[in-house]
Amino acid sequence: MILIFEQLLNGLQYGVMLFLLAAGLTLIFGIMGVINLAHGSLFMVGAYAGTYVAGVTGSFWLGLPAALLAAAATGLLVEALVVRRLYARDHLDQVLATFALILMFNQLITLGFGRQPVFTPLPAAFAGSVELLPGLPYPTYRLLIIATGLLVALGLYLLINRTRIGMLVRAGATNRDMVRALGVDIRLLYTLVFGLGALLAGLAGYMTGPISAVQVGMGEQILLATFVVVVVGGVGSIKGAFVAGIVLGVVDTMLRAFLPGMLRQVMPPSDADAIGLGIASMGIYLLMALVLLIRPKGLFSVGTGG
Amino acid sequence: MRIAFALLAAAALIALPFVTEAAGQPALLSLATRVLIYAIAAASLNFILGYGGMISFGHAAFFGVGAYTVGILFAHAGSEPLFGFIPGSKQMLITLPAALVISGLFAALIGALSLRTGGVQFIMITLAFAQMLFFFFVSLTPYGGEDGIIIRRTNDLFGLNMRDKTTLYFVILAIAALFFALLWRVVNSSFGAVLKGIRQNERRMAALGFAPYRYKLYAFVLAGMGAGLAGALMANFLRFASPDMMHWTKSGEFMIMVILGGVGSFFGPIFGAAAFLTLETFLAGWTEHWQLAMGAILLVVVLGTKGGIAGLLAKLWGARK
Repeated sequence: MILIFEQLLNGLQYGVMLFLLAAGLTLIFGIMGVINLAHGSLFMVGAYAGTYVAGVTGSFWLGLPAALLAAAATGLLVEALVVRRLYARDHLDQVLATFALILMFNQLITLGFGRQPVFTPLPAAFAGSVELLPGLPYPTYRLLIIATGLLVALGLYLLINRTRIGMLVRAGATNRDMVRALGVDIRLLYTLVFGLGALLAGLAGYMTGPISAVQVGMGEQILLATFVVVVVGGVGSIKGAFVAGIVLGVVDTMLRAFLPGMLRQVMPPSDADAIGLGIASMGIYLLMALVLLIRPKGLFSVGTGG
Repeated sequence: MRIAFALLAAAALIALPFVTEAAGQPALLSLATRVLIYAIAAASLNFILGYGGMISFGHAAFFGVGAYTVGILFAHAGSEPLFGFIPGSKQMLITLPAALVISGLFAALIGALSLRTGGVQFIMITLAFAQMLFFFFVSLTPYGGEDGIIIRRTNDLFGLNMRDKTTLYFVILAIAALFFALLWRVVNSSFGAVLKGIRQNERRMAALGFAPYRYKLYAFVLAGMGAGLAGALMANFLRFASPDMMHWTKSGEFMIMVILGGVGSFFGPIFGAAAFLTLETFLAGWTEHWQLAMGAILLVVVLGTKGGIAGLLAKLWGARK
């Protein structure tokens, strides 16, 4: 029982991480109609920049603004140089151009930092663990990630539903041609949304650092899961990204944690581990296929401009 | 003029093994063989992508299925039958058709489900199915799991000495020629015309009385079989099949070949496969960070050109006239 609760929390933590990435991606896709495979690279840039500064200064907290700034700056640069030319193109060009960006970012990071994984230090105040239930100590850092994710979700909710920019974002996700026709400076909005998405990706990247290795290719691993979240949640929907992120995060974590053990009851352990992990890895893709077959536009699809 | 050009290309492809041997560059022959195999895979993707407008991001799945068909049949050749009733085989005349059938079945299943969606959802659901197959083969421990399956000998064909690289090259060249001849017939048939019509305006084709879903599904299955054929040949060439053959970056590479060569041009994928593999070999020999240069070239091609290499050739052709 306690084990299940612990894994639920781990799933929640992975889920909010996915949400941080998916929120930006779903807005970029919903508003600009651009499939940005390089979103995972921004995640990686944030992780490396933050870890580098944290390593030099010796402070986790100084690494945080560095990660956010680096990811946002890289995002704005990518938007200005490449993505801006892709708005009017078809999906194929977008997929390939941003795929090219992945290749380039991975090599640039390799050139700068080498292939060895880098480790981000835990912040001293969050290095320990607290006893949530009797017999269940849980790392405070993971709780910090969950809290950060939920706070960002709340902040985004307020930004999107309570501000003028948010109104434009909602309008853009519903029908971007109409927003343009009404005389809104859509370029500025695009740049803003892209920058915000990059910032959130950088935040996710840096926060992930201490609990998993910071290495080249870390972006792609989570990128595919993020796309699954975006598509399941419905392109352009922050609410969808939140719900799908948490659900998929929990499902994926639970499958990985418990499926091999369950299979061991019926087959030899070595086979059970391999097959269990394989099926667990397939889980989120299976879920996405099922959702799309029932609701071809995702759970909370918005608008017509997708 | 066109016929002369085609004859020249055919003569060059036939003379190639003798030239590389005379020049003492056996590595070039292996490169040429890989170009032929990848050209088949890229052309099959181009068939649905360029002619049919279906952006499949999971095409490597069928490539891998074809390769594993050869690998698994080989593993059971001469030992116990697969599932107790399917005998293994080392005969290319059996393994290649088997790979075509199996990859066609997978394409029928995946296509039937995926084609119910469109746009970005289609891209992502094809990617999802390919990932599922990838993880399925990763967890398939009886056949090597993550490490893949080794095929000790290339399949037999008519008693030819298939260990000889030149022989294998000619076998693959003949199969590729047959494949492209068939593809030419399909593209220029009424079926091909309907497919192009669906890409341009699906609603109009439906109004004309063609059921788009059915035509797209047929095309998807044909493309899957083409990729399966390429995978089966690759398994014979490398004497190895592994889950990496259906990794999503492999699907990305197929797309790169198609766009480098020119989307929707018949011979484009051949140029694209040749350009990609030559660049990869050349750049990788030059620097370990070859992907940086590859990414930059790809970016320039995507952003700056129209029609890839085939478009460029057509432009030069037009300028000369």
